[in-house]
Amino acid sequence: MAAVLSVGALLWIVLDLVKMGTSQIDWEFLTSGVEESGRAGGIGPVIKSTLLILMCCLLVAIPFGVGCAFWITEMVSPGSRLTAWLTRSVDLLASIPSIVFGLFGMAFFCRILGLGFSILSGGLTLACMILPILIRTTLAAVQSLPPDLRLSATAMGLRKSTILSRVLLPRAFPGILIGFTIGVARALSETAALIFTSGYATRSPASLLDSGRSISVHIFDMAMNVPNGATRASASALVLLLVILMINYLANYFSDQWLKKVN
Amino acid sequence: MFRHRNDRGLKWLLSGVALICGSLVIGIVGFLLVEAWPVFSSGQIFAFFSDGAWQPGSDREPQFGITPMLLASLAVTLLATALAVPPGILAAIFQIYYSPKWLATFQDRAMELLAGVPSIIFGFWGLTVIVPIINQIRPPGQSLLAGGIVLGLMILPTVSLTTRAALQAIDRSLVYGGAALGLSRPRQIFSIALPAARSGILSGCMLAMTRAIGETMAVVMVCGNIAKIPHSIFDPVRPVTSTIALEMGYATEGHRSLLYAAGFVLVVLTGFLLLLRRREPVL
Repeated sequence: MAAVLSVGALLWIVLDLVKMGTSQIDWEFLTSGVEESGRAGGIGPVIKSTLLILMCCLLVAIPFGVGCAFWITEMVSPGSRLTAWLTRSVDLLASIPSIVFGLFGMAFFCRILGLGFSILSGGLTLACMILPILIRTTLAAVQSLPPDLRLSATAMGLRKSTILSRVLLPRAFPGILIGFTIGVARALSETAALIFTSGYATRSPASLLDSGRSISVHIFDMAMNVPNGATRASASALVLLLVILMINYLANYFSDQWLKKVN
Repeated sequence: MFRHRNDRGLKWLLSGVALICGSLVIGIVGFLLVEAWPVFSSGQIFAFFSDGAWQPGSDREPQFGITPMLLASLAVTLLATALAVPPGILAAIFQIYYSPKWLATFQDRAMELLAGVPSIIFGFWGLTVIVPIINQIRPPGQSLLAGGIVLGLMILPTVSLTTRAALQAIDRSLVYGGAALGLSRPRQIFSIALPAARSGILSGCMLAMTRAIGETMAVVMVCGNIAKIPHSIFDPVRPVTSTIALEMGYATEGHRSLLYAAGFVLVVLTGFLLLLRRREPVL
């Protein structure tokens, strides 16, 4: 019963959105500009802003996440105070509500760094948000590697940097890929952290310092602030849902593959 | 160990990166405090918790009580947890002890997908489907109940997936021992497996609550956003997160500090839940 209920809920949501949204999605909708605050036209610029925000976010978050994980495994002795401090603060970071990231991003990136409401501020805010995911998955991936690997590489007199880039990184790559996909899904679905960092602008962004709304902000704005916007919003919601489901499916697929290989 | 120049450079680079990652959370909390400082220094912090209403923009008689919103946040979270925990646990039990393998795999996939559905979609769906249904029972529809249902659905996969993991992690021989004693299947599950997995299940529920209390988009769309203490589950409410999301856009100096203070309260709440989760002894 309970299982049916839970699975049924998912189907209910998906079917509802498909019913409301499919008739409105075509190529035109995905590419043309937003008109009459979304009641007409398409979501072309919105998709562009979303992708740019995502790009900024990943370009910053991946090096930091992976670097931080490697620092924990390679540079400090396990169980040291520093590691404990770092894992604890990453845990805390993961539990912070996304709206608080929005508040922080607005104060730090928009005002103090002077980036204003821009795609860059939004991307950096999201980067802070998905950092814990990347650190944890990379950490899990590196720690699951057999210790002989590192020992024999060291015994061969390889440099630390060579060991990292040639031996450990390629082996940990599948795990990092999982973190990457989960991070992308998380960043794409985020709204609260973006409203006050990337802003609401509907025109096509010309640079990273322009304001641009992500697709989730678009759905929010349409459903809440535009009268009769809900029917149109369902099309955008369907697009977002399909993309997210696909990415999550990929993440599951990757982790299944990886688990098979590890075992 | 670090004889090569590359290696030393690498060490400094990674240390710097790790330092930034580790201090990020301190930076965030620090920023909240700095931005909220006027609230603390002017003594408004007392009004923050004692005022009965929230009218920070009013010229004549501004009131800064966060209590209605805090209560709303707690009420919505508790309702969502109450709605999500029983089916979540039962679904996990079904999956492990009763369901055939193909169905269990399917349920796994479905749960993982449900866990990944963006909150804005839950909110949108709640607004267009759940709210009209509640509206027919008792207007206006946007209510504590709607928020509870939508959030409940949202955290259901968290509860179910963590419960499943906890049940799988218990020592199998405990359950086999129960079976050997001739206990019935339900008795094995409810008297042996569940108590053994208790701490894992509890920490899963805490995780779900953390998610629910910090959720913004779903509740902003379905809760009605009226900052009053609710008297029934059909009353519209406005949780702390919604308040920040709704008012940040037009907040002026003093008002903004209040919102940052509200954000700080949220961090304290989720941090507290994290501590509780840690305290649970791991069996």
